[in-house]
Amino acid sequence: MAETSVADRHTHSAARAHQFDDAGQQRDAVTMGMWVFLVTEIMFFGGLFASYVVYRALYPMAFAVASQELDIKLGTLNTAVLLVSSFTMVVAVFGSQTGSRRMLVGGLAMTVALGVVFLVIKFFEYYQKYVERHIPGPSFAFPEPYTQPAKMYFTLYFAMTGLHAAHMIVGCGLLTVLIVMAWRGRFTPEYHSPVEVSGLYWHFVDIIWIFLYPLLYLIGRHLE
Amino acid sequence: MRTLSGGWDLDSHWKPPANRSRRATRTHAPPRKRDCQRTCAVTPPKDWLLWIRNHKRIGLLYLVSITLFFFLGGFFALLIRLELMTPPGDLISSQTYNKMFSMHGIIMVFFFLIPSIPTVLGNFFVPMMVGARDVAFPRLNLLSWYLFNLGGLCMLYAVVNGGVDTGWTFYPPYSANFSNTNVAMAVTAIFIAGFSSIVTGLNFIITIHAMRAPGMTWFRLPLFIWSLYATSLIQVLGTPILAITLALVAGERLLHLGVFDPAYGGDPILFQHLFWFYSHPAVYIMILPAMGVVSELVATFTRKEIYGYKFVAAASVAIAVFGFLVWGHHMFVSGQSIFAGLIFSLLSYAVAIPSAVKVFNWTATLYKSSVSLQTPMLYAFGFIGLFTIGGLTGLFVAALGIDIHVTDTYFVIAHFHYIMVGGAVMGYLGGIHYWWPKISGRMYPEIWGKLAALTVFVGFNLTFFPQFVLGYLGMPRRYHAYPDEFQVLNVMSSAGASILGVGYILPMIYLAWSMRYGEKAGANPWPATGLEWHTPSPPPKENFLEPPVVTWGAYDMSAQPELVARLNDEDRMYEAALRVGARKREELDVEPPAAGA
Amino acid sequence: MPEHIVPIKTYAEVLAALLVLTATTCGVSFIDMGKMNAVVAMVIAFAKASLVALIFMHLRYSRRLTRVVAAAGLFWLGILIALTMSDYLTRGWQ
Repeated sequence: MAETSVADRHTHSAARAHQFDDAGQQRDAVTMGMWVFLVTEIMFFGGLFASYVVYRALYPMAFAVASQELDIKLGTLNTAVLLVSSFTMVVAVFGSQTGSRRMLVGGLAMTVALGVVFLVIKFFEYYQKYVERHIPGPSFAFPEPYTQPAKMYFTLYFAMTGLHAAHMIVGCGLLTVLIVMAWRGRFTPEYHSPVEVSGLYWHFVDIIWIFLYPLLYLIGRHLE
Repeated sequence: MRTLSGGWDLDSHWKPPANRSRRATRTHAPPRKRDCQRTCAVTPPKDWLLWIRNHKRIGLLYLVSITLFFFLGGFFALLIRLELMTPPGDLISSQTYNKMFSMHGIIMVFFFLIPSIPTVLGNFFVPMMVGARDVAFPRLNLLSWYLFNLGGLCMLYAVVNGGVDTGWTFYPPYSANFSNTNVAMAVTAIFIAGFSSIVTGLNFIITIHAMRAPGMTWFRLPLFIWSLYATSLIQVLGTPILAITLALVAGERLLHLGVFDPAYGGDPILFQHLFWFYSHPAVYIMILPAMGVVSELVATFTRKEIYGYKFVAAASVAIAVFGFLVWGHHMFVSGQSIFAGLIFSLLSYAVAIPSAVKVFNWTATLYKSSVSLQTPMLYAFGFIGLFTIGGLTGLFVAALGIDIHVTDTYFVIAHFHYIMVGGAVMGYLGGIHYWWPKISGRMYPEIWGKLAALTVFVGFNLTFFPQFVLGYLGMPRRYHAYPDEFQVLNVMSSAGASILGVGYILPMIYLAWSMRYGEKAGANPWPATGLEWHTPSPPPKENFLEPPVVTWGAYDMSAQPELVARLNDEDRMYEAALRVGARKREELDVEPPAAGA
Repeated sequence: MPEHIVPIKTYAEVLAALLVLTATTCGVSFIDMGKMNAVVAMVIAFAKASLVALIFMHLRYSRRLTRVVAAAGLFWLGILIALTMSDYLTRGWQ
């Protein structure tokens, strides 16, 4: 074990985990591990999606009317922001694959920035809901006859977008850590699994929003 | 590359591998001061908890936690059975009784049964059985143990601070709106423990997929691995639903959200759908690992390959998949639509088939085999018989018509205790005894082992068989008082419970005793096939002295001639003993024992 | 397994498609198509999600096992929704 040179230890730092036989096995295991984790996340959000399907089937009109209270411009803008952030994320991954530290760090930084933009817009939307008294709670107000089902709609709205926002915050934190590591040159074309799997996580959070957008914002637009 | 059959003195003290293999040229980080090259207790305690990553040690940490929760859950069972000895509710109030059965259920299900075999035996042996050095993500493994104990602490806080009285099923509106107990803390505890379960499952899936030794193809894996793989699939796919559902209950309780509240247009049955979507597959999380243990025990103690290996492996995965399609059978009388009930009832009959396939294959393995009735095998026999009864009574309750009458009675309680206790716990104990020599390097005293196994079997049947009758006669579950005519059966049940308790305490004593005073076990005391027996007892840090290469099938003895030679030696000694016995009888002029005695 | 490096140009094309689809789904939602509104919205959402999953998440270039894992996750969510809805949709039946 002491035969390897210092140079070896740096370039072969890929096989750093002792339980793996080689770098390829480690990469396979880590990638597959992230995909299995994403499956658990599908099911985690899935409980809320299932509740949404049930209640929308029970109260279609109320959901449509309540959905019109959301700001479609901000929602669409947020969707575009996230899609672009997914693009900057794959640019970062591309940078890690080709050894371009500039592209890697730049891409990650842009992704985090766009994530923060998303969160700012989201919280502004929440504030709007607070002002309009659409937050489920003692001060909830909605015109009859849709008051109770609309409260259900907004409960699901806050639960689903809130859980999504929590995942975004975690994602931004994760990518920030990666920016620091990338800046210090820890990633090479041979070893960049953390960037790839963080990218997978980010894209997954984007896909959740791709579904949340039509389900929450676009239900009742044709009735306006 | 050579196999492991030649020339190693496996019972001498482990030495680091010589630098001959290719592995020497791969980079390993130089050993940090915290790494321990020895197996046993020279690691300072702080290193145990903070830096420990070795899967074997994490398995042992889990053994301690699991045992503590088992006895806590058992304590609540004791109080239940004490109360139920007399018809009126005279020992504890009805509110307290509600808390007893709720906490018994929560602790036994979420903090004992679901983790037990995967985290203790699985953590210890999955890497060894596939020929790896550790699980895929050792630090995640340690996190899993931390999460389990964090959840456990939250649960203890809930227990000490007044308990929970909603039943382990947490049905709203009672749990969300009306209960005055620590529901939010309890669901938080389960939420956290759920993530522990998910992480363990994820680790096993990746380990089994990506880290098998050269030559270890899927169909050479031991059936214990197949079972744990299927279990991990369920853990990964189902537990997140439980997490989000309990989070919604907590939200409803703390923030008055109203997702399941009819007053706000919510539907309590939606909770039941979401809850049982996880909790039915959860019962397969509890039983599949035990079935895997039984496959190992039957193979070893019949000295045969498991009959129909591929069918048993496929049945494990089939149970995991089909188990997700049947949850509505817990909701037949809830207000669910009859047509959905019909679909779920039909699917519930289908899910019984793979389980039956396994029982038939174990039985076929026993046919014309050389059965050795040692303690683990006693547990395996107990499992096969009791699981069959539990499974068959499951078919009773899966039938819509019968379930109308027996739902929420003691019939259902007896059904699931036959599977969970007669099945899963016996599988767990059998596995602990089977692998004890490998884990500790010592043998437990066989007489006491057999005695405890028989005590458990007798105590269990005396406890739970009367409950089938009670349920059929109409005694409802979760009641602390009952009509006088049910008393005799209840007293029998409580008496059985005390015997069962003794049966559980005995192993605690003699297993602990054996760690110091037990006979030293070699690498392969039974003997058994399987990679874990090809390494010293207890195993070295990296599991194997040399990386294994597998060229034999899972239970194939013909590939291990020294095993066959050992078994032949044993047979010859046994026959010689029989001849000595016969000669002695001639001398003493005693009648030979009757044929078949 | 050699790693497949997707050119940036492909990523940009996919992004353009995603933005076009977003605009489409937004616009179409204002047209009254009755029950088809929900269907069209879901179809477009699945199309967008597929683009992200296949190209951005490299599923198209991954081994079959990865694709099976991803599909299994979706399928299991489908089981939950389908069988739960089988209760709600048949409650009114005689």
